[in-house]
Amino acid sequence: MPEPMGFYTDTTVCIGCKACEVACKEWNQLPAAEGGQRTLSGDSYDNTQRLDGIHWRHVKFVEQFDTSRDNGRWLMLSDVCKHCVRAGCLEVCPTGAIIRTEFDTVVIQSDTCNGCRLCIAACPFGVIDINPVSHTAEKCTLCYDRLQVGMVPACAQACPTQSIQFGAIKDLKVRAAARVEQLHRLGESRARLYGADEEMLGGLNSFYLLVDEPEVYGLPRAPKLPSRNLFKSSLFSLVGAAIIALAGFVGLRQGRMEERARKEGGGGV
Amino acid sequence: MSDTFFTASPHWEWYIILYFFIGGIAGGCFLLAALLQVFGRPEDRPVARLGYYAALGGAGASGLLLTLDLPRPERFWHMLLQSHTGLPMFKAWSPMSVGVWGLLGFGGFAFLATLAVLEEEGLSWSVLRRGPVRWLARTGPATAIATLGSLFGLFLAGYTGVVLAVTNRPIWADSSFIGLLFLVSAASTSAACLMLLAAWRRRGDIQTLETLARFDRRMLLFELIVLALFVGSLGPVARVLAGWWGALLLVGVAGAGIVLPLALEHRGGGPARLARASALVLAGGLLLRTVVILSSNGIHVTGTSVVQ
Repeated sequence: MPEPMGFYTDTTVCIGCKACEVACKEWNQLPAAEGGQRTLSGDSYDNTQRLDGIHWRHVKFVEQFDTSRDNGRWLMLSDVCKHCVRAGCLEVCPTGAIIRTEFDTVVIQSDTCNGCRLCIAACPFGVIDINPVSHTAEKCTLCYDRLQVGMVPACAQACPTQSIQFGAIKDLKVRAAARVEQLHRLGESRARLYGADEEMLGGLNSFYLLVDEPEVYGLPRAPKLPSRNLFKSSLFSLVGAAIIALAGFVGLRQGRMEERARKEGGGGV
Repeated sequence: MSDTFFTASPHWEWYIILYFFIGGIAGGCFLLAALLQVFGRPEDRPVARLGYYAALGGAGASGLLLTLDLPRPERFWHMLLQSHTGLPMFKAWSPMSVGVWGLLGFGGFAFLATLAVLEEEGLSWSVLRRGPVRWLARTGPATAIATLGSLFGLFLAGYTGVVLAVTNRPIWADSSFIGLLFLVSAASTSAACLMLLAAWRRRGDIQTLETLARFDRRMLLFELIVLALFVGSLGPVARVLAGWWGALLLVGVAGAGIVLPLALEHRGGGPARLARASALVLAGGLLLRTVVILSSNGIHVTGTSVVQ
């Protein structure tokens, strides 16, 4: 049985080259957006804008400059499916299309998905969307086909700075902890890991080293499972259902009693 | 900022909004029909029959709307059977999975209930005189169908809001009251729908209509309370509703869809006023689902910032 595999992304060495985006598109044969039309978002160098059914890698750009632009820094992050150990998408999928693989990664089987889109709403990171070619929900598979033959995922192989590192999760965690320590020693006290511990959805099999708050990178601070609302929501509805049925019954009895009273009153006249 | 703001929209739009509306009415109509049939007077039966027909029609329309909403409609059955093994597909912890089976079960009971009461319409179809159909119309089986179908109906009316709550989307996952809100709204809209159907088909005596109107008034009051609880439970996320969505919720849903029909029904009067009130309740129910679904759809992360 293979051990859990995943990505550790060190955002401090990302240079925003988007080689990962290109390699992902090429290997997975994902089509261009809007038929290849060139559209500029006006948001830094980010023209991909978000992860969706045809963008399984997305390099985010954060420009932290003062108004004179003399002082500041660039933050870049190559975003991808987090392959959560406790995955919201997998939890809710009503067709069984979403599975956990032998590598502890999360994969959507395109031949089973019917496009109900519940996984899109359930994912705490906004990773999934409909692929306009297959008309099914799609996202990063962590190159399941390459993993099965012992290859490295296309994005990690293409990354020229080793910002995206692929390997066994336990090894990646050791490497990431050492890097955080090194950054702290160098004076970057804001360095921290995102999703490396089990607190966050049982651990993210694609975790990050960040140098600012998660929200700065467009990431939720404390992502949760959709099922957290199941019990309370169902309980309120159950109580409501009992009240409604009772109101219906009581109303009907009340009507009959009023009618009887009217009849009896009428008979006495 | 709520963590739900960092998610993507499932693009559920009109098919789903209409399903939530019609499914709720179908479930509520079955419950009311069952109550009128089991505990009502013989004079209530024509309206009870209408309730069962509305439930069956609503169940059929619900299945159709859900299938049409799928980008791969030919795979609708993947919700019921595992496509690789043919075994039943069921996840007790996924409200959508349970809901599909609930809708199927509800459709079955609505069909049986309709079949059992059709003979009362004076139809000369030979199938209605067959033994099993006549057996369905006997008190015991009819009561069992009414009871079980009502449970499925209540489930159908309420689970849709729970589906929304069991996600990670803004507004939907930020409150635990949407299931209850949709359920109570289904109760008021189904009573309104039955009153309109009764007026249209010229069925039901004044006493039946009065019973339905009384139930509707109570449900509208209940709905107003739950609506306030829902908005209150959103906390800081409620600021999403500050604008057109909030105005629609306040003026359209609470004002025109709840308070105004309450006032109209309270003043009494003839069937015409009751019909106007019922139409307003129905419009309010549809608007409620529209606001809840579409107000969340526009929120997503673009680049690294949240668009609202």
